[in-house]
Amino acid sequence: MSQNLPLLARYAEGLFWMARYLERVENMARLIDVTQSFESPGREAEAWYALIRINADEEAFAKRGLTADPDTVKRFYLLERDNPSSIPNSIDAARLNARTLRPLISTEMWMQLNMFHRDVAAITADQLEGDKLSRLCGMIKLGVQEHTGITEGTFFRDQGWCFYELGRLIERADQTTRLLDIRFHSLVPLGTEEHRVEEMTLWAGVLRAAAGYHAFRRVAPPGFTPQDVVRFLLTDTSFPRSVLLCVGQMEWLLGQLRSRYGLRGTVAALERTEEVRAAILSRPMERVIAEGLHEFLDGVQRDLILLAGEIGTAFFRDWRPLADDQQPAAAAVPTEGAASQAAVQGASGQAQTQSVIKPSVARRHEP
Amino acid sequence: MTLPIADPFDGYDSGQYFCELAADRGDDGGAIARLRAAISAIGLDALRARAAAAENDLINLGITFTVYSEASAIDRILPFDCIPRVLTATEWRHLEAGVKQRVAALNAFLHDIYHERKITKDNVVPADLVFTNPNYRPEMENFPVRFGTYVHICGIDIVRDQAGQFCVLEDNARTPSGVSYVVENRHVMLRTFPDLIAGMRLRPVDDYGQRLREAMTEIAPEGVDDPQVVLLSPGIYNSAYFEHVFLAREMGVPLVEGADLAVVNDRVWMRTTGAMRPVHTIYRRIGDDFLDPTVFRADSMLGVPGLIGAWRKGNVALANAVGTGVADDKAIYAYMPRIIRYYLDQDPILPIVETHICREHSGLQYTLDRLDQLVVKPVGESGGYGITIGPRASKAELEVARAALLKEPSNWISQPVIGLSVAPTLTEQGLRPRHLDLRPFAVTGRSTWVLPGGLSRVALKEGSLVVNSSQGGGSKDTWVLAED
Repeated sequence: MSQNLPLLARYAEGLFWMARYLERVENMARLIDVTQSFESPGREAEAWYALIRINADEEAFAKRGLTADPDTVKRFYLLERDNPSSIPNSIDAARLNARTLRPLISTEMWMQLNMFHRDVAAITADQLEGDKLSRLCGMIKLGVQEHTGITEGTFFRDQGWCFYELGRLIERADQTTRLLDIRFHSLVPLGTEEHRVEEMTLWAGVLRAAAGYHAFRRVAPPGFTPQDVVRFLLTDTSFPRSVLLCVGQMEWLLGQLRSRYGLRGTVAALERTEEVRAAILSRPMERVIAEGLHEFLDGVQRDLILLAGEIGTAFFRDWRPLADDQQPAAAAVPTEGAASQAAVQGASGQAQTQSVIKPSVARRHEP
Repeated sequence: MTLPIADPFDGYDSGQYFCELAADRGDDGGAIARLRAAISAIGLDALRARAAAAENDLINLGITFTVYSEASAIDRILPFDCIPRVLTATEWRHLEAGVKQRVAALNAFLHDIYHERKITKDNVVPADLVFTNPNYRPEMENFPVRFGTYVHICGIDIVRDQAGQFCVLEDNARTPSGVSYVVENRHVMLRTFPDLIAGMRLRPVDDYGQRLREAMTEIAPEGVDDPQVVLLSPGIYNSAYFEHVFLAREMGVPLVEGADLAVVNDRVWMRTTGAMRPVHTIYRRIGDDFLDPTVFRADSMLGVPGLIGAWRKGNVALANAVGTGVADDKAIYAYMPRIIRYYLDQDPILPIVETHICREHSGLQYTLDRLDQLVVKPVGESGGYGITIGPRASKAELEVARAALLKEPSNWISQPVIGLSVAPTLTEQGLRPRHLDLRPFAVTGRSTWVLPGGLSRVALKEGSLVVNSSQGGGSKDTWVLAED
């Protein structure tokens, strides 16, 4: 029965982005948490600025005339609602998408997100200090995990769920590459035994941030190297946050859309997932690291952007047929009054017709 | 030591007004007295705590409407008052019959003015009042709608005067809202006050969505086996968006926005992840003006280009039909008793409030002479805007109203001040009388069904008569006692 239920293209896109934003929030909290643990005396600013770089926010940060001290970076990501890559901004976007999706998602999903949104909007500068920061990150992670659990237990598993999962997985894969990249940006010079130990401690921190430390311990050789960590986070086939596992799940979901729901247009997206896989498996990790891990991760991130584009082109983009230049010049929106038609004004005072909340430009690195 | 619990009814006095929870109605089988006793048993402090929990519930659930000011949009809940309003089975039978009669008259009137125009030819209603009305739609002339139903969803605002008599204050025949609160208020009551409902035999309100879906299926173009129904909403920035979500979910149909639909070869389609799917009935929550930019406002981005063409070809049904606004206009309202008699050959079951039509010389003169005693209302407005309540207006306000009346008399009607009934409402001081109204909802496809009860809106400010949510009104759960 459910195979035949049509899904509005707008809903598919909204689900995709709601899931992406929430996954982004969880990972951002993980990144902030691990950055705090990377702070070493005298080099705090460096550690925090790495966060700016891996999120490709150098320009946005500079434009605001901000300086890269720890407090400013923390505020930038935890308090500033108008910063598109901040946690409050992502929660806003997730909730707005959820609002358009209310006919579709479970009441419990909506209610939790509504309450989580309220908690995040209430974060104060005080919570960013000292040991409170880690607790705050924990609260945020838990909020998303609660969402994920409620979704798992209550969300109807039709094609909409596939689009939700695709959004979540693509963001997760992207975020894992960023988490790995943070080590590149705060790499300490190798050499002495003391440095080697320090280096290993930091890599263990990366693993912990990805909730993969214990799993890694089980599968890794006793005296592990950075290559082992990189290999684990990129290629392990059982670790939930590894890039290849995410890619494999996306392939399965795309296959479901085709075979179970009869959707055409998955071919181009499947070719992209194949490319991500090939890029990751084509060279030994030792070579990848030697030739430049940062550049390599940038490449994976670009491939993921292309994959999202293919999914969008196939299933989302045709929902508004008019080309931009054919849209009526001035948008008419009803105002409160006759016939109870309410304003369609957003808080900005601008006419709102965009129904799916998504980034205006894809985030990317210019290598 | 245990302190005696405070009785919430201490100090309650409804004075000259009819109290909706007075225990001496006689036809309630003692239900109201039991309810009052149960409220007293809870005590004031516990009542406050539970009322707060109920409101918190509504916030968390996002059962909100949006208030727009110049710079911001704020999600608010419709304040919920936990003391229910009770209608007896006898009262409801009377109201239900009155609402059905009115809906039948509204539909007959709309059919007539868009076809033979007998009523204006017979001078029962002045022709110019109908045909120069901005809500009259020439596009509707001689266009057949199934079962002669134009107003599929109708909300009729009813008040109760000092004698307890029900009378109609206003018809809402375009896109009336508020029904979602009727159902959600009941859910909140069941969660937070199970002890008040226990043992009461109440008419359920849960099947509104199912009834609406049935009506929408009935009105679909003939020959369609399993019609696709959709709800067309202006989107998340509309203040009634929650209600649109609620109704789409209850009906089990997609909530679409204009851009989700397309008209190809005079048929309506919706854009899905796969092929375009045909659409047969549209419950639209968008005003006529915004429905189709090729016919009405060209700058509308909410509607669907070509929709009216597809409708006129008989390929899609619209609920409500286009052009119903001419029937719920405040100017036409004054003629409703005559309209009911004209088409149905019956006396009106529910009277209207005495109304003076200022476009008529005598009505204008009457109004100007007693401005300080009358309520002056603009025709064609809704939401309680532009109203001057004579006895409460300052001299300056009365002069503003007088100038407006003289400038454009046909824009105004006036009515005596009705001593609206009151019901005990939780306030800082305990339970106090607050004025309220009732908006029952009628759904009409092949025939008319009325949701038992309706939305009871209560003016939370002491002495206030304005119940609109945009102006500080709240709502109550409305109980209709079941027949024995």
